[in-house]
Amino acid sequence: MRWWPVFKNEMRLYFGSPMAYAVLFVVLFLCGLFFSVLFLNFSDVSMRSFMQPQFGQNLNATEFVLTRLFVITAQILLFCVPMITMRLFAEERRSGTIELLLTFPVRDGEVLAGKFLAAVALLAVLLGLSLTFPALVAYFTRVEWGAVLSGYLGLLLAGSTFLAIGILISSLTDSQIIAGFIAFGLAIVFWVIGWFADLTSGTLRVVLQYLSLIERMDSFSRGLIDTKDVVYYVSAIALLLFLTLRSLESKRWRG
Amino acid sequence: MIQVDNLTKRYGPVEAIRDVSFGVEKGRIVGFLGPNGAGKSTTMKILSCFMPASGGTARVAGYDVFSQSLEVRRRIGYLPENAPLYPDLSVSTFLDFVAEIKGIGRTARRGRVADVMERCFVTDMQNRLIGKLSKGYRQRVGLAQALLGDPEVLILDEPTIGLDPRQIAEIRALIRSLAGQHTVILSTHILPEVSMVCDGVIIINRGRIVAQGTESELVQQAFPTARIEVRVAGAGGDVAGSLRALPGVVGVEPLMSRDSAVGFLVESERHRDVRPDLVRLVIGKGWALQELHQVGMSLEEVFIRVVAGEDLGAAADGDTATPAPRPAEEKP
Repeated sequence: MRWWPVFKNEMRLYFGSPMAYAVLFVVLFLCGLFFSVLFLNFSDVSMRSFMQPQFGQNLNATEFVLTRLFVITAQILLFCVPMITMRLFAEERRSGTIELLLTFPVRDGEVLAGKFLAAVALLAVLLGLSLTFPALVAYFTRVEWGAVLSGYLGLLLAGSTFLAIGILISSLTDSQIIAGFIAFGLAIVFWVIGWFADLTSGTLRVVLQYLSLIERMDSFSRGLIDTKDVVYYVSAIALLLFLTLRSLESKRWRG
Repeated sequence: MIQVDNLTKRYGPVEAIRDVSFGVEKGRIVGFLGPNGAGKSTTMKILSCFMPASGGTARVAGYDVFSQSLEVRRRIGYLPENAPLYPDLSVSTFLDFVAEIKGIGRTARRGRVADVMERCFVTDMQNRLIGKLSKGYRQRVGLAQALLGDPEVLILDEPTIGLDPRQIAEIRALIRSLAGQHTVILSTHILPEVSMVCDGVIIINRGRIVAQGTESELVQQAFPTARIEVRVAGAGGDVAGSLRALPGVVGVEPLMSRDSAVGFLVESERHRDVRPDLVRLVIGKGWALQELHQVGMSLEEVFIRVVAGEDLGAAADGDTATPAPRPAEEKP
């Protein structure tokens, strides 16, 4: 269980520098911006449906505001997660502390676990703070908490997958900027890949849809927890972490 | 305690070390000496399990650094070159992290951290951020980190670099005090450091070990004869002849004469001190003795002779500072 000190240390490094606060602030600010647009829009629509009752039969705050917010949050995370992960190995490599870390009596896997879980913990803090938005909705109207919970599970899984991509990239280079930039580029690819899927057909469509990390978020945000999607994210994370471990090992060989 | 056999490390086509073999007995302090780029750090990185060798084996505390890396790492303290540390942590926080990752229990941790801070003279800086410390302090925090957990073997890559003279003396005394219970291998390019701190010396150049042993062994190997420089004034006749006639003297070479004095380099059998006889001869002849001293007995001379000799022999393949790739057929 030697991942714990690594985890603790990473948390100290996150919250001991402006990094964590900057990420939290920017993500929550952007989410808040989208939330206010969606919520004002919702109140506008519900007001109008009040005048024309046949219109607003199944008007639902959870669906109208929160479901959309979850999808938008997933997209924002896609862009902000590289900021969280770019430091993890690249900085250690640049400053040489990797040499300390890898000569302590811990396995590479424990180092990786500590770092990954610290990043996930930061993501969890972020998502925890963003619970403000459903809470605000609940203050004014009824919220389907089941759907909210499912949405958050989806965000946590999708977010962790982005983190795993970021950590893999970070293990490949010793420049934080390059690590961040490549992870950022990959994020856009995984986002846009879903649009390509819509334009194609046949096997290619299936493959592209399968690769689209965001697409899977939709069912979660609609309150649908499909085992298939959970397995998808978990196995993607496992694969990415495995590759990271291999990359750490190969860096050792190449010195 | 440390046993290295035919260790070779290649970075792509560049051979950093080649066929390095040596052993360090328990409780000894061994200095790893060599010019920059000789392969000191590479050897230390392999010993500390940071990276595997391309060939050969290394065992530390009885465990193989490659196949039993975790066991080795439980028993070593490693100070990498330039003491890389986390700049955003305070000294005590950092040392607490290291203590925890080395498996020191919560209750013992505080005392152990305080102890190493005391020993490395960083107690008064314990709440400062490492990034704000001077190079000397950072170096000592790095050393404190290596000492945590009381490891059997310490691998210190240039432990006194960046320290001021007083700090150097303190750290040398600290390392010296580790002898006996701990086995220490330290690299340096400061020659007097080795004489002061180490029991044994390994000289490495261009990726290969060129000499190893205790300091006096090395001096004897490099200089089989003792050499005395003597200058006399007012001498007439065959001075060199009379010197050569002394028992024990094996050679006499004239030196450049200064003013009216003539100088000679007298080589004698190593274990025979010919100085009293020399003095008696000079006085008996009525010459005026101006100078008489022994030369060429220091480690520095050995190092220069061994390393320069190597470089001279290998000058054909260029750069002397970094180990260049060599054709396989070349023989030393």
